[in-house]
Amino acid sequence: MGSRRRNGPVVVLALALLLGATLSGGCATDPAPPPGAGVPAREPVDGSGRRITLTVGVFGTFGLQEAGLYDTYMRLHPDIAVRQTSLTRNDVYYPQLLTHLTAGSGLADVQAVEVGNIAEVLATQTGRLDALGSAPGVDPSAFLPWKWAQGTAPDGRTLALGTDIGPQAVCYRKDLFARAGLPTERGAVGRLWAGDWRKYLAAGVRYRERAPKGTAFTDSASGVMAAVTGSAALRYYDERGELIVAVNPAVREAWNLAAAFARQGLTARLQQFTPGWDQAFANGVFATVACPAWMLGYIQDKAGPAGRGRWDVAAAPRPGNWGGSFLVVPSAGRHRAEAARLAAWLTAPAQQAVLFERRGSFPSASAAYALPSVADARHPYFGDAPVGEIFAAAARGVPRAPVGPKDALVAQTLADVGMLQVDQTGRSPESAWKAAMKAIDNALDR
Amino acid sequence: MTETHTPTGPADPPAPGPGAGSRARGARVGTGRRADRGARGARSARRTPGAPRRTPVGSRWAPYALVAPFFLFFGAFGVFPLAATAWTSLHRVELTAPAEAEWVGLHNYARLLDDAFFWNALVNTAVIGVLSTVPQLLLALGVAHLLDVRLRGRGLFRVVALAPYATSVAAATLVFALFYGRDNGMANWALGVAGLAPVDWQNGPWASKLAVSSIVVWRWTGYNALIYLAAMQTVPRELYEAAALDGASRWRQFLHVTLPGLRPAILFTVLVSTIGATQLFGEPLLFGSGAGASGGADHQFQTLGLYLYEQGWVNLHLGRAAAIAWAMLVILVVLFGAARLLRGVHARGLLARGAFTRRAFARGKRAS
Repeated sequence: MGSRRRNGPVVVLALALLLGATLSGGCATDPAPPPGAGVPAREPVDGSGRRITLTVGVFGTFGLQEAGLYDTYMRLHPDIAVRQTSLTRNDVYYPQLLTHLTAGSGLADVQAVEVGNIAEVLATQTGRLDALGSAPGVDPSAFLPWKWAQGTAPDGRTLALGTDIGPQAVCYRKDLFARAGLPTERGAVGRLWAGDWRKYLAAGVRYRERAPKGTAFTDSASGVMAAVTGSAALRYYDERGELIVAVNPAVREAWNLAAAFARQGLTARLQQFTPGWDQAFANGVFATVACPAWMLGYIQDKAGPAGRGRWDVAAAPRPGNWGGSFLVVPSAGRHRAEAARLAAWLTAPAQQAVLFERRGSFPSASAAYALPSVADARHPYFGDAPVGEIFAAAARGVPRAPVGPKDALVAQTLADVGMLQVDQTGRSPESAWKAAMKAIDNALDR
Repeated sequence: MTETHTPTGPADPPAPGPGAGSRARGARVGTGRRADRGARGARSARRTPGAPRRTPVGSRWAPYALVAPFFLFFGAFGVFPLAATAWTSLHRVELTAPAEAEWVGLHNYARLLDDAFFWNALVNTAVIGVLSTVPQLLLALGVAHLLDVRLRGRGLFRVVALAPYATSVAAATLVFALFYGRDNGMANWALGVAGLAPVDWQNGPWASKLAVSSIVVWRWTGYNALIYLAAMQTVPRELYEAAALDGASRWRQFLHVTLPGLRPAILFTVLVSTIGATQLFGEPLLFGSGAGASGGADHQFQTLGLYLYEQGWVNLHLGRAAAIAWAMLVILVVLFGAARLLRGVHARGLLARGAFTRRAFARGKRAS
């Protein structure tokens, strides 16, 4: 499941507007209008002369603004004003971004792209994005190699700079573990399942034997599946860009393992990022959840003050990644050079460290891991867990899995059509797998 | 055919110059009617010389200028999207490159025939449509009847009846999604109090359709009730008095006076509700909270509107989405065509039952 930040209610108005806007945009065959057509014309003028306004288009609560990075940038560059436009959900944001890119208008100077969509953007919009690999202030060696590779188009130009990544850990409830007779110290908990996701299943079976009434070992089978696939060296596509989801043994293994969680009653039969899941955090219905770095803030938000001191973070059985984002600079922008400089600055190690410190988005720039604000980071809500250390270790171990154009769609179908049925309606894993494959073939027009 | 529809039509004021030339050309290819038009044009042309100076030049075009905004907007927002959608539906178009359309003819339509997801969505739409429209209109009729009775605070009740309609579909559906929650929802809590087993409202094939329908019913009953109420108040009161004098009960009055009086209103609401049911989108989308536009894990409440959206904006296949859009339009047209035909047959059958049965008899004989 590549999609992240699905939080927040759907704004139907946005959908309606999008439908209207994209219908006319999508059907038009017009070539790209003159560059900069969509950039807001109004530019604030201050005493010293004209300022340039740069817009940044993001989805969800991306955190750049919330972490105060724009303010800092504007202080450093008095001639630049930075504004942000935001849509709550990526599944609304992304189609709109595509229409804007293909129409060459309505774009922000810098746009965010989710990792599940990055391969499709790089494959289909190459000519509409500026190369950022050698933009001033960009240091390729500062990034994790796999993240840098994900932002590089098939033609070898790097068009997207990594912002954050989603290295995985397992968040668990100390109090429930104690009552079930499992270790509670994070090192010992990590050793319970170190090296093998099947040991995570075994721990679940142990938990079930003495589970506190009304609780399950983990939240959902889909969550387990996303975590296990996230640690595989090959997922839905191979290195040549061929779709291999149906035949990749690693995917099938993840499927079977997640199905085992469902069949053995180890899940709370929830669907992630739905109101029921949110409530379950508050009610303490499950003891563990595979958690990428960006989920910590979400858990804290949903579990509320009552969960303080009960949650902790342990290393996942195997290092994996789930989610993360990139910044791109559309070629239709009016201030492309300034935009590239802004994107480079926002994704530089120092700023990524600030984003992690204030918002919990984990840096994709490995050079940031040595900075004290990452290396020594502890999370007070999660029992002062050394999250910087845990997630940095996970990030370094993430296999360099190639991402394909329809990664997000494949992941979502596997989770929400396939595994969800195994988990919630008791459909047999075999039959649900077939249903998922059929839905994927239909969605991908194969 | 196109020639007769050139701007120089019958209503066109005669003008010398190029217009006259094209009229002459029109007369050549035209029929007798066209010739008559030419004659009329000549007659008015004879009239004009007397008053060219008194009529300002603009006044001749003023009516067109006044109606033009409607046609411009209708063209831009009515005809153009329809035509563009039709064009798109005949191509393979992806949202990642909308400018690169590959002609595929009727392929997008042909594949709908063996697209299990499309048929599933069609059946879902029909089931949810019936489950929501029928109770909705019956309830509305009852509510309108109650509101028609003179009672204290009628205005308040009317506002209350209309309140759901004024609520945003997003807000209402999100509340309903919580209401129908499996673990902590009020619906299951109430079932529990009544000693019944909880229902998985999201995953049950029928339960989920019922839940979605209930949102539609909740939202639209008041609106329809108000239309019925307005129609009820136009029924002449004397009819009720006459019926009462003839000894008709309240129920018979309702059946034989109120209902016939409501016929146009009922037809209108059936029409509007059917269109609404065919296009149902917001409720099932939001009821599925996290699951995008799949309409449930097994697509159990994915409507046509939702499938269209999924194909277009999730799977990014604009051509296929456009074909679904046109299929929806065709379904509506066929539905209303069939309804008209049925009504026509019904009416004719009443008038000339003999002839009809004779023909049927003859057909039957031929068949045997």
